[in-house]
Amino acid sequence: MTVATHPAGRTVEHLGRGPLDRDELAAVVARDIPRGSFVNLGIGQPTMVADHLAADSGVVLHTENGMLGMGPAAHGDEVDPDLTNAGKIPVTELPGASYFHHADSFGMIRGGHLDVCVLGAYQVSERGDLANWHTGAADAIPAVGGAMDLAIGAKEVFVMMTLFAKDGTPKVVPECTYPLTGLACVSRIYTDQALFHIDSGGVTVLETYGATVAELASRLDVTVHRLGDG
Amino acid sequence: MTVVTTEPDGAVAGIADGSTVLVGGFGMAGMPVTLIDALIRQGAKDLIVVSNNAGNGDTGLAALLAAGRVRKMICSFPRQSDSWVFDDLYRAGKIELEVVPQGTLAERMRAAGAGIGAFYCPTGAGTLLAEGKETRTIDGRDHVLEYPIKGDVALIGAHVSDTMGNLVYRKTARNFGPVMATAARVTIAEVRRVVEVGELDPEAVVTPCIYVDRVLDLSTAEAAA
Repeated sequence: MTVATHPAGRTVEHLGRGPLDRDELAAVVARDIPRGSFVNLGIGQPTMVADHLAADSGVVLHTENGMLGMGPAAHGDEVDPDLTNAGKIPVTELPGASYFHHADSFGMIRGGHLDVCVLGAYQVSERGDLANWHTGAADAIPAVGGAMDLAIGAKEVFVMMTLFAKDGTPKVVPECTYPLTGLACVSRIYTDQALFHIDSGGVTVLETYGATVAELASRLDVTVHRLGDG
Repeated sequence: MTVVTTEPDGAVAGIADGSTVLVGGFGMAGMPVTLIDALIRQGAKDLIVVSNNAGNGDTGLAALLAAGRVRKMICSFPRQSDSWVFDDLYRAGKIELEVVPQGTLAERMRAAGAGIGAFYCPTGAGTLLAEGKETRTIDGRDHVLEYPIKGDVALIGAHVSDTMGNLVYRKTARNFGPVMATAARVTIAEVRRVVEVGELDPEAVVTPCIYVDRVLDLSTAEAAA
């Protein structure tokens, strides 16, 4: 597992600016993916992380429908109906790519071979429980896809989301109220206003954007630590 | 012995009412659309369909659903931007749904094909999808007991077959094909072309012919019609 750490050696508050926009957030996640990692990027916002990986990062992207070495989205003549990502968007293959069937692809995931996966979320609990597959609403049609496999399988689960829902309620919570995807599986939460690390010691703020730790802590129902706190 | 045919209707002959049908494809990639269209004409009803999704748009699996032939869907991801056929059936109470995590869905079919009686899997432990299932803590981690999914029939799409029924796939259209081929009593593959025995590199065969019962050759005009 990653440890709660920051190159600055302390929690960094980026003040005099607003929250991260979606593109900036994707760049911050990309920055924190170790060189040479095997990585799965979830459908939606996490896909944007690919655009910010350095060309020499050595990161190999996995897509759960059966490919390692996935390249960028396909355009024009590159579009091939036989080559899509997990979101069913046409993509390209990079040199060194490989294809495999679904049982192998999920064996790769469940077997702990992926270094990092990046997922969206409705909520994350202070113990790292993840809720991202089902709103639980009576008229919702449940659809889980590979979320539960990725949540418990990857060595590191990074979550990307806004820190607060549209109604202002925090999405980092003492207990998830949405149906769970996986228990105690999230190690990092990347939000527009703060970056968090979660381990058995609780929730540690690594960085903030546009707010102080104290300001954010006052709006959360979970105890957050600063780096360097006893 | 594998039968190669150019007639879609012949390829799906004998599929009985009430069958469990494994349908390959991830979205439209690898979806055996010609076989599904033939199954609609063939008329089997009261089917249990196992597939990753519950139909996209109005063709393929969505058309089978729209024809009212499916009693129950077992899939990982029914809800999509273009799953309106399934959504309407589900909301009208006209179809049952069993949601299975994608990897568990694949592994349950792999188990069926490999003669495994059941397996313990950490995916979904402690969630709604594990409710009512036996769980066991193994090496400090909770696991859920999962049973195989066996098909009466598998309908899959592959790229090329030889006349013995050895299959190769193309890119991510491989997806569930190789697993489903092992998990059904009768496996029917639609392929873009059929080559003579000896033309496929044995090292490159993904689905060996032992798993394949019927091959529909789409390269002929009849199959394409």
